[in-house]
Amino acid sequence: MQSLRTRRVYQQDDAAVPTLPLYRSAPPLEVRLEDFEAFAVDRLRVLKAISDGLSRGKKPDEMKKLVTELWRTHMRLPKPSEAVNKDVISHFVLRLVYCRTEDLRKWFLSMETTLFRYRFKNESPEAQRALMADFNLPYKAVNTAEFESVKDKLSQVARSFGQPLPTADTIFYKVPFEDVPELVASRRVYIHQGNAYVAMNQVVSLVVTQFRSFLSKALILTNRKWTSSIKEQEKDRLTPIVEVLSTSYLGPDYSQPRESAEISLKDIDNLARSSFPLCMRHLYEKLKEDHHLKHGGRMQLGLFLKGVGLKLDDALAFWRAEFSQKVGAERFEKEYAYNIRHNYGREGKRVDYTPFSCQKVISSTPGVGDHHGCPFRHFSEENLRAALGRMGVGNRGMDDIIDKVQNRHYQVACTLTFEAVHGSTCDAGINHPNQYFIDSQKILQSKNQPTM
Amino acid sequence: MNREEADNCREDMEIDGNEPEMPAQRHVDIMPDGFNANYLKAYYGKVFPHPDIFKWMCYGHDGKHPGCDPTYFSRREFSFTLDNDIYLRFQSYTSAYELESSIKEKCPFKIDIGPVYSVNPAKRHAYAQTGDNVFTPVERELIFDVDITDYDDVRFCCSGADICLDCWPLMTVAIKVIDTALRDDFGFNHILWVYSGRRGVHCWVCDGKARRLSNEQRAAIADYFRVYKGNENSNKKVSLVGPVLHPFLARSYTDVLRDFFEGKVLLSQNILSTEEKYEKILEMIPDESVAAELRGKWQEKRKANGLKDDINVVRWEQLKSLLYSGKLKHIQGLRRCVEEIIFSFTYPRLDMEVSKHMNHLLKAPFCVHPKTGRVCVPIDPNDCEKFDPTTVPTLSQLLQELNMSGSRADIDDELDRTSLGRAVRYFRSSFLQPLLKSCKDELESAYNSRLQQSKNSLSW
Repeated sequence: MQSLRTRRVYQQDDAAVPTLPLYRSAPPLEVRLEDFEAFAVDRLRVLKAISDGLSRGKKPDEMKKLVTELWRTHMRLPKPSEAVNKDVISHFVLRLVYCRTEDLRKWFLSMETTLFRYRFKNESPEAQRALMADFNLPYKAVNTAEFESVKDKLSQVARSFGQPLPTADTIFYKVPFEDVPELVASRRVYIHQGNAYVAMNQVVSLVVTQFRSFLSKALILTNRKWTSSIKEQEKDRLTPIVEVLSTSYLGPDYSQPRESAEISLKDIDNLARSSFPLCMRHLYEKLKEDHHLKHGGRMQLGLFLKGVGLKLDDALAFWRAEFSQKVGAERFEKEYAYNIRHNYGREGKRVDYTPFSCQKVISSTPGVGDHHGCPFRHFSEENLRAALGRMGVGNRGMDDIIDKVQNRHYQVACTLTFEAVHGSTCDAGINHPNQYFIDSQKILQSKNQPTM
Repeated sequence: MNREEADNCREDMEIDGNEPEMPAQRHVDIMPDGFNANYLKAYYGKVFPHPDIFKWMCYGHDGKHPGCDPTYFSRREFSFTLDNDIYLRFQSYTSAYELESSIKEKCPFKIDIGPVYSVNPAKRHAYAQTGDNVFTPVERELIFDVDITDYDDVRFCCSGADICLDCWPLMTVAIKVIDTALRDDFGFNHILWVYSGRRGVHCWVCDGKARRLSNEQRAAIADYFRVYKGNENSNKKVSLVGPVLHPFLARSYTDVLRDFFEGKVLLSQNILSTEEKYEKILEMIPDESVAAELRGKWQEKRKANGLKDDINVVRWEQLKSLLYSGKLKHIQGLRRCVEEIIFSFTYPRLDMEVSKHMNHLLKAPFCVHPKTGRVCVPIDPNDCEKFDPTTVPTLSQLLQELNMSGSRADIDDELDRTSLGRAVRYFRSSFLQPLLKSCKDELESAYNSRLQQSKNSLSW
């Protein structure tokens, strides 16, 4: 790791510095303690804003612009070498901060990968090719003869998602399909006999996959070093900074409901009507109607209720009361009770699962017979209007909300719903169903307080 | 940790009143008396192909080659569901004899196969969750599960656990589409399709490359196959964007789906025969005035002399010519709508969760389904149109066959006297033998290259 002193010494190297570092190893730099924290905070602002942008459903070109702006706002420094140092140092500091639990690692990996992806896309083709070489990717470009034989299929793929048709000059790489999972998943490549034909402008996917895989392993190693030596060695200097950094910007995960926030079985019905966000209301209503929910719905609603303060015994009673009407008490105990206890960390791995954030809810796609996911994303306009009407949203508010939905700003739509239903503003915006619930309860309870 | 067994947690849905238009099809379910622990004991004693399952699970690591990994088989998880729903996970065995004895002794109602772990599952508690010495899956076949209840919104002959020969072809189509893609697009060769015993099919892709796929790569393949999204709250479940289809979808459409829809589904499901049914189709048309025009045509009473062609065929032709007509080509998404309708009714619907995680358990081939008594037999993808789930051998049938043929010591003969003999022979010749040969080749070359490496690294 880096050696740190109180005086600033920067690496004097004004030769051409690569603008997009790969963070392969911690550089031998010396950094002021103040910068240690300040650089990390600035980078964290960038990562958090990226996280926000993703959960608001921003499209790729919007994200590209966002990343450019964010980087310029928070990470720019007058001298290029200084800027690169800040880039590298802040990354490695945040590795220390975010290596310590699986959830933190997952978040950091996701955001750093996204950041890298859009910064890579912003580079020139030559710079991209150079970076590709740095990754030591063993892929061969497709030669003319082979290109001719697959040209029709390549054109078909390009047309299928609105890309310009490949010409004789377009470079394609033949890559094992395992190395480009995102392109395979979105059907943006032609695959034949296990090989994917990746266009130059898709190369970003290859590189990002490598970046992600490398960083993922590095984080595990960092965690090991942290727990075995660094945490103790630095307990008077870096450790307190590191420990504060992770909690201050990620926002609460609602896995531990506050003491005062217990709810009992009989409250649920009223709470569903007054304070549940639409996604949970819908699940709750369907559960009452069908006396059943499929796995995705049970997870989403079950964990939400846990976050709201429903204790395990009450949760079991709640689900049993509904399910036994459909499948009988015996089958409930055999097939479903285990999973509920599992969600509360009483079985198996004993992991205490956290309620889903909006980002997670939005990204899950319901299938046949499912009712989970984000209704703002999946309901037809007609059904959405009906559901919002039942929540008490008036006509004028309705049109605003539908407009946001059509522009794919699902969380903003939910925020507007919240505001319409409660008659007050929600400046922070809705990021988590449990946040919706807590904020709603706050407003309702303050209305109940007698005023002098 | 696997939380949902695809078979166990599927709900039985209410059965609609059947339309009396078609003659009653032979159904799959038989009397539950045809399944019990005694029958099962005899089945595991005399019919279940223990040695073949063992050879398969060894993937060539049978100890006969110096390059074999002697721990490989013992790191595989099996799980048994016993009578009265007792569930045993993380069972593992070190030999064929151990596996066979355990099955015969415990007589499981269901045998599931899990992944190969980093260490013997019996020792898992000694290992940590994270870090170097983890207990984690390291190999697992790429698997797919197609269940006909996922098609309930597009089949009208049956619903829930029922199937018949009118809706079973949906499974045939799923096999054809997926199998072709697995071989041609992904380059896999060792693929086993198995009847799930009641209402679906399972697929096991056993190439080394497939077994070593990560969760992310499995999810990518599952997403490559996914077309159907949404549920009763969204209007359109299939959304095919883009001016042309990806070659995989286009091939599936022209080679399989379109003919299947126009030749079979239209008629056997009477898709356009009643108002309730054709409204569902009209809902999928993006332009209300076009839908209204068709509705108007179809609400007219049929002319007496127009009865030569089936009404579904007539109406489908009307729909197609309107949606494809030149004067309407400015309406976005109209032409594509014909394909979307066909995809909605025919394109395979996979259970994504089954394929995405290495630790997902799946029922072993040659198990007997407790509710139907039918054996989970392999299906030949090249001949899948001929597969008839209503004629799959049942437990009681097999035992009757055994009884009638008298007792003989030779196991192979016994198998051949039953109708399962053919299924086992197919399993061996079309799947197991080619797989084992390729495993041996892989083992050899890996071993040789290791030898070479160690030779090269000798230095003085």
